[in-house]
Amino acid sequence: MDVGQMQRQWLDYTRSLFIEGFLDNQFLQLQQLQDENNPEFVVEVVSLFFEDSERILKDLTFALDQQGVDFKKVDAHVHQLKGSSSSVGAQRVKNACIAFRNFCEEQNVEACLRCLQQVKQEYCLVKNKLETLFRLEQQIVAAGGSIPMMELSF
Amino acid sequence: MGMAATESQQFHVLAVDDSLIDRKLIERLLRTSSYQVTTVDSGTKALEFLGLRENHDGTPNTPSVSPNNHQEVEVNMVITDYCMPGMTGYDLLKKIKESSSLRNIPVVIMSSENVPSRISRCLEEGAEEFFLKPVRLSDLNRLKPHIMKRSKLKDEDQKQQVIPEKIENLLEVQKQHQPQEEAQPQPPLEQQQQNNNNSNKRKSMEQSLSPEPTDRTRPRYSGIATVV
Repeated sequence: MDVGQMQRQWLDYTRSLFIEGFLDNQFLQLQQLQDENNPEFVVEVVSLFFEDSERILKDLTFALDQQGVDFKKVDAHVHQLKGSSSSVGAQRVKNACIAFRNFCEEQNVEACLRCLQQVKQEYCLVKNKLETLFRLEQQIVAAGGSIPMMELSF
Repeated sequence: MGMAATESQQFHVLAVDDSLIDRKLIERLLRTSSYQVTTVDSGTKALEFLGLRENHDGTPNTPSVSPNNHQEVEVNMVITDYCMPGMTGYDLLKKIKESSSLRNIPVVIMSSENVPSRISRCLEEGAEEFFLKPVRLSDLNRLKPHIMKRSKLKDEDQKQQVIPEKIENLLEVQKQHQPQEEAQPQPPLEQQQQNNNNSNKRKSMEQSLSPEPTDRTRPRYSGIATVV
């Protein structure tokens, strides 16, 4: 595959992530903050998001496994995850968190467990997608090309 | 990054947020906008950085006796998250505005939640702006007038001047606490200070009136066209 084909593949893939709702406008904002002086910015922020999320998901699993569930704590964790997913543009994770918080308010353990599953699923999906995207980027750069600028009009 | 600022002086912003991701983001946003940035992860650390230490009884000790005078590191603006463990952004705002040495520093609050009462409480307490997270580059364009204004007024007791504008803003904020049945077209708001753009405060008011049941969401994108 030549660089041009790889770039088109990257564009198509990125576009699909937006269309399918995995990513929202905030991800574009991150890309705009990346430049020659900060060439790894998006990868850095997303990596922080991965680390943070995995820690929170572990904590959530633990918290919901307790005899007496501390819903305040659960809610605090979900709030944090909602914030970080929102900050990187991981839209589906964010939306799953919003639903989750409503059930925290209701103090409904069963529903919360289902929400946790949902959030984990969305997280895994977006993580795979983003890792694929970053691999494509690495290939483009390795072949001497540059990452296209995404401009979306809505 | 840059050596000389694009215009006159380089302004120094202190950013406060307990989230590492958000700190990284706000730092990049601010640096991209040519500000010098220091980030801290709590209100307590922010106050320490600003040179405001507390006595054991909790009353603030302005740094006239302390060798670590806050004037060493001049801060032109504080931008802080609202929801933080321990000292919230609101608490930090209050402490800054209650301090004779710090009260003229403009403070901006950021929050992921669009709660009108929270917003008006912060504005009443003296916050210049309230940004909804995630903060964007375009939001930061609103900072310049506040920093410039303060830097001009620094040596004069001009605090009286800014109050009428704040009251105007508050009245608009109050007016917009309408029941959330319908999203009506917004009445034109008065021009704000030197800024012709929509205030972010207004934007958050508008969005709180739209019929979103659970949370503020960004506008949905129906079609996507890419331009290469």
